[in-house]
Amino acid sequence: MLYIKCPHCGMRPQIEFSYGGDASVKRPELNKEISDQEWDNFVYNRKSLRGKHLELWQHISGCRQWIKVERDTATHEIFKTFKADEEVA
Amino acid sequence: MQKYSIFNLVKNAFSNHQNWDLAWKDPEPKEEYDVVIIGGGGHGLATAYYLAKEHNITKVAIIEKGWIGGGNVGRNTTIIRSNYMHDENGLFSEFGMNLWRKMSQDLNYNVMFSPRGIINLAHSDAQMNAYARRGNSMRLNGIDAVLLNREQVKEIIPMADFSENVRFPIFGGLMQPSAGTARHDAVAWGYARQADDMGVDIIQNCEVIGFDVSAGKINGIRTSRGNIKAKKVGLCVAGSTNILAEKLNMTLPIETHLLQACVSEPVKPVLDSVVTFGAGHFYISQSDKGEMVMGGDLDGYNSYAQRGNLPTLQHVLTEGIAMMPFLSKLKMLRTWGGIMDMSMDGSPIIDKTHIDGLYLNCGWCYGGFKATPASGWTFAHTIAQDRVHELNAGYSLNRFNTGHLIDEKGLGTKTWIS
Repeated sequence: MLYIKCPHCGMRPQIEFSYGGDASVKRPELNKEISDQEWDNFVYNRKSLRGKHLELWQHISGCRQWIKVERDTATHEIFKTFKADEEVA
Repeated sequence: MQKYSIFNLVKNAFSNHQNWDLAWKDPEPKEEYDVVIIGGGGHGLATAYYLAKEHNITKVAIIEKGWIGGGNVGRNTTIIRSNYMHDENGLFSEFGMNLWRKMSQDLNYNVMFSPRGIINLAHSDAQMNAYARRGNSMRLNGIDAVLLNREQVKEIIPMADFSENVRFPIFGGLMQPSAGTARHDAVAWGYARQADDMGVDIIQNCEVIGFDVSAGKINGIRTSRGNIKAKKVGLCVAGSTNILAEKLNMTLPIETHLLQACVSEPVKPVLDSVVTFGAGHFYISQSDKGEMVMGGDLDGYNSYAQRGNLPTLQHVLTEGIAMMPFLSKLKMLRTWGGIMDMSMDGSPIIDKTHIDGLYLNCGWCYGGFKATPASGWTFAHTIAQDRVHELNAGYSLNRFNTGHLIDEKGLGTKTWIS
C-alpha cells in the first residue's frame, strides 16, 4: 500500500485516491494555432519515465482535491506532494 | 539438432538423460548482424524464428538484458483467444490462432496448447446485447463465437454463483470455444531452440545502452558487451519500450503500467475453461498442475516495479470470489507482476519508424502472450520486406496522428483504467 501525503488532509492510504496520469502534460493554449504534432504530444505521447515522475492524483475519498505527487516509478518512493496549482520546479 | 520424440526420449533414458544437446547456445556477440532484435521475450524470439524460417534471414541476434523468457512471456496468465470485435484485431488474432494450433508440431516442442474455450460472463441485458454484437462481428471474420444463456453457462461452470439476489447475476456469456491456454515458458523455449538451430544468436545478460543512428539511418547498437553493427534493428521490449525510445529521442503513445497475476494452491480439476467476470476485471483458468490462475486490473499508476501492491490484488480477488465463491477457501500460492506497454487506444504497434532500419513492436497492453506467434510473424515480415503486412497495417504508429484508432474497449487515452 502506498501512503500519500495529501497537502490538504495529511498522510492517507492509497485507496483513498484515484490516479490522474502524467502531471507534466500541458494542454496547448486556447485559441493558439498549433501543429498536429503538438496536439498529439498533448493527447497521446508520454515519456513514461522510469524514476522520478510527476503525476496527478485525486483525493477522491477525502477532500476530493486534485494534487500533484512526485513519485519514483521503479521504487514507489514518494518524494513530495503539491497542491494542484503549485508550480513544480 | 536432436529431435524431441518418444524414440529419443527412450534412447536417452539409457544414459540417464545426461547426453541431451543444449536447447540453445550461449554465443559471444559478433561484430555485425543483418538484423538485431532487442528483447528476448516471446515476441522477440518468435520474430527471430520467423525471420529465419519465412525469410531466410539467419544472421540475426537477439539481445536480452536478462534471460530469455524472464519477462512477460513467463509472467502472463497463458490465455489465448481471438474474441475481438474490430477487424484489425480479429483477423490478426485469428491468424495467430492458426499458428497456435500447429505450434507444437512446428517447433517440435510441446507447448501444451489447450483449446478449452473462453467465456466472457454477462451480468445485464445490455451486456448480452453488446456480446451478441461482438459475437456477430467475430463470426463475420471467421472466428467461432457462441452466445450462451444463463442455463448454458451453468452447465459449463456450475461452481459459479448462480444463487438469487447476488449483486451481479449471471445473465449469460459469450464463448469462443477454440480459445484456450498454452504453457508460456514452453513457447519461449520452443522458439528459442528452433531459432538457435537456424543460426540465430541468442545473447543474454546483454543490456542495450544506446543506438548508433546517423543521417536518419540505424547503423547498430551499443550494449554492455560492446558495440554491434546491424543493418536493421527491431524493438520488442514491451514495458521497457519507453526507456529505449528515450535513447532514440522518440516519445511514444505508450505508458508503462504494472499488472499482477496470482495462482492458488493446486486443487483437483474444477474448471475446464477460461472465464472472465463481466462486471469488473477478473479472469481465471486452472493450470494442469491444478492451480487456479487469476488476474485482473492494472495497479493503476505508472510503474516499472515488476512487483505489485496489495490493494489491487484484494480488489481483483474480491471480484473473483463474487463470481466463484469457492475461491475464498483457497490459499494463495504465489503472486507476481509484470510491466505492460499500455498503448493509448489499447491496441499494439507493429511498424516501421522515422529512422531507416529501425522497427517497432510494442503497445501490447496485457494481450501480448496470445499474440506471440502472429506478432513475430508480422514483425519478421515488416523487417524483412521493409514494409508492413496487411495483417499489421492497422497497427501503425501514425494512427494516433491520423485518427485511425483501434479502441476495442472504447476507453480512450486513460491507460491506467484499461
